[in-house]
Amino acid sequence: MPETLTKFIFGRLTLESLPLHEPIVVVTFIVVALGGLAVLGAVTYFKLWGYLWREWFTSVDHKKIGIMYMALGLVMLLRGFSDAIMMRLQQAIAFNGSEGYLNAHHYDQIFTAHGVIMIFFVAMPFVTGLMNFVVPLQIGARDVSFPFLNNFSFWMTVGGAILVMASLFVGEFARTGWLAYPPLSGINYSPDVGVDYYIWALQVAGVGTTLSGINLICTIIKMRAPGMTMMRMPVFTWTSLCTNVLIVASFPVLTAVLTLLALDRYVGTNFFTNDFGGNPMMYVNLIWIWGHPEVYILILPLFGVFSEVTSTFSGKRLFGYTSMVYATIVITILSYLVWLHHFFTMGSGASVNSFFGITTMIISIPTGAKIFNWLFTMYRGRIRFELPMMWTVAFMLTFVVGGMTGVLLAVPPADFVLHNSLFLIAHFHNVIIGGVLFGLFAGIAYWWPKAFGFRLDPFWGKVSFWCWVLGFWLAFMPLYILGLMGVTRRMRVFDDPSLQIWFVIAAFGAVLIACGIAAFLVQIFVSIRKREALADHTGDPWDGRTLEWSTSSPPPAYNFAFTPVIRDNDAWFDMKKAGYRRPLSGFKPIHMPRNTGTGVVLAVFSVALGFGLIWYMWWLAALSFVCLIATAIGHTFNYHRDFDIPAAEVAQTEEARTTLLAAQG
Amino acid sequence: MASSAITAGSEPVFHLEEEHAHAEGGSTMLGFWLYLMSDCLIFAMLFAAYGVLGGNYAAGPAPKDLFDLGLVAVNTTMLLLSSITYGFAMLTMDKGRVGATQAWLVVTILFGLAFLSIELYEFAHMIHEGATPQRSAFLSSFFTLVGTHGLHVTFGIVWMVTLMVQVARHGLIEANRRRLMCLSMFWHFLDVVWIGVFTFVYLMGMLR
Repeated sequence: MPETLTKFIFGRLTLESLPLHEPIVVVTFIVVALGGLAVLGAVTYFKLWGYLWREWFTSVDHKKIGIMYMALGLVMLLRGFSDAIMMRLQQAIAFNGSEGYLNAHHYDQIFTAHGVIMIFFVAMPFVTGLMNFVVPLQIGARDVSFPFLNNFSFWMTVGGAILVMASLFVGEFARTGWLAYPPLSGINYSPDVGVDYYIWALQVAGVGTTLSGINLICTIIKMRAPGMTMMRMPVFTWTSLCTNVLIVASFPVLTAVLTLLALDRYVGTNFFTNDFGGNPMMYVNLIWIWGHPEVYILILPLFGVFSEVTSTFSGKRLFGYTSMVYATIVITILSYLVWLHHFFTMGSGASVNSFFGITTMIISIPTGAKIFNWLFTMYRGRIRFELPMMWTVAFMLTFVVGGMTGVLLAVPPADFVLHNSLFLIAHFHNVIIGGVLFGLFAGIAYWWPKAFGFRLDPFWGKVSFWCWVLGFWLAFMPLYILGLMGVTRRMRVFDDPSLQIWFVIAAFGAVLIACGIAAFLVQIFVSIRKREALADHTGDPWDGRTLEWSTSSPPPAYNFAFTPVIRDNDAWFDMKKAGYRRPLSGFKPIHMPRNTGTGVVLAVFSVALGFGLIWYMWWLAALSFVCLIATAIGHTFNYHRDFDIPAAEVAQTEEARTTLLAAQG
Repeated sequence: MASSAITAGSEPVFHLEEEHAHAEGGSTMLGFWLYLMSDCLIFAMLFAAYGVLGGNYAAGPAPKDLFDLGLVAVNTTMLLLSSITYGFAMLTMDKGRVGATQAWLVVTILFGLAFLSIELYEFAHMIHEGATPQRSAFLSSFFTLVGTHGLHVTFGIVWMVTLMVQVARHGLIEANRRRLMCLSMFWHFLDVVWIGVFTFVYLMGMLR
């Protein structure tokens, strides 16, 4: 009787589910637990809980939510990178009969977790955070269309991240690779909780991503300041718009396909099984119909960042604005017509493969147009090689190589040879690190002063830059070579000792990247320490061209005391040229949304729901589902979600800035 | 200092003096429409899955053995009528008649419940005959597609009850009108999806 009771309460969660037999995990757990306790203790000691709750967790301010997204991305980057360097180390030593230091069960979880975390919980939060922070400022808006939804979306993303992190210490993560292809991910071959963690983490986070996509589309369509026509929007706003269109038009596919996989696992349906008419290749098709647009969801906003950075630091209007916009739109559309190039070897025949090979190659045309636009923007510009510009140049050099190997892989016969090899691994890291990550660092260095009112320390930034760029080349060029030699991905041990030297070089590159990450953290720390010396009181440290630079740094809660009127693409540059004078009087009360804790509560229930489903604790799943619905309905009974910032307070804030600007001279 | 690009004499305008009010809920309709499109995509996926797997009976029952077109016709009628009555609710809402609006919403809920009951009866009957979701890929995709639609209808009814309470409390204020409008789009959207289900699953299934 007690056994049925524990089974009812804990489902399949037992003491054996805790990976106490894996010393590496135990040590990691102790370190994480001590670190976590230290952070919690510090927050408690300095009495910061109330502040964090009121000013950050419950905030509906798009700027704070954006910053929280970035913090989430940074934390998860550390986790995702730990996985990466563990793999590099394992592959560097597992030769000549050595098994390395990771057993297969652990190693398979690591490469799966690395991919899932880097895409969903590093790149996505970074990109979403950047868009959240910048877009409303660039279009002269005071917030997004649905501020509460924005907060809720963020906490759902955190919820997904919590589930992934929980899998490290309670149970295990999937051992299937980052897209969890069936039948391997089916219940017969993966009966453990790993794939269930995968499914529910992505479902919870996916809700947040989809809603945030809808939110930002509405914001860009509906909330632009007067005079800002579509073709006067800054390029970053344009690329954000296209990205969010991609999000809304692709994440539901992921939701649907993961639901079908969940049904196969929980209910015993036969969508992707080998028996009773199921079709595993349908899963592969469906997941890549989401997966390929996802690639462009990640890179497009960074194309926008590079456009802003190139134009600002070349002191010139962006070359070919119109072609840039149309190139972005063409990429958006084409990204839906190439999914099959991820599995040319499915056997769909020469005609189908040719079609997808050709559409894939066509994408390089608008992308190439973008590269030339950036180069022509720099041409005869007065280039300032500040940190964001350095990242941009490194991007152009690195990304072009990644793009070319991509076109190579788009040739079906070549792909039949290189498919699933380390050449592929090198290719997509080449574009994701060289494009997305370099772009994020450019964007962070560029907008950091706007967010916090002081610049990032250039010295440590340059250390980080060189470590990252050299580390990347050192870590991934050997993988191209290994791939050409026929080494496949996800291998744990190797027989051929002649391969080892390349893996050793790659591991050394990974160590250099680790130094780059460390230098980045040091840079943040040093910059905070030296914030007085690095302070920028003008709000416009780079001689910027777009609207976000017209307000103070950090911007007030309401962003703009008066709604700006736009007459040009480079709105702020145009205003400066026309002799802009800051309004000093006549302030009106400003209507703003009120903070709410509902988003946090809903996310907590969602995590509980996911956890209950993963461990078959049906009572927990049912209870949290009911609470989820009840909270959501309860929230709709609150009709008072706004308040007015009094005119006096606005005047006071603006007065303070006037004093600050006057002190500048 | 003003450059030649700006017409001399007239002072350039940099900002609005008056508050540029984005009316509360001004983006709601667009946002909800986008949500519906994302939901539509989920249904598109389920239709596609049915399209791929719908003929994989795995030596089990086929549509002809299972579907009762008469029953489905009644079911469809219930849902279509519920859309009409929701339309009436919106018409009376425009006239500001709280009581009539609530009455039409009740009628809509009743039709919705009738639809759900018939669907559940159909499901129970099929399962009783051994045509369970686990029996074949065809049945997996059938139950998932039709069941997802049914779940949407269920949520629509829960939502409608919630809105009736809110209308009873606050009357047909702007916020409530907006919410009724959203639910209206949702409800009609489910009707459109059902017409797809009726055509592609039931009618075409009988032709197979």
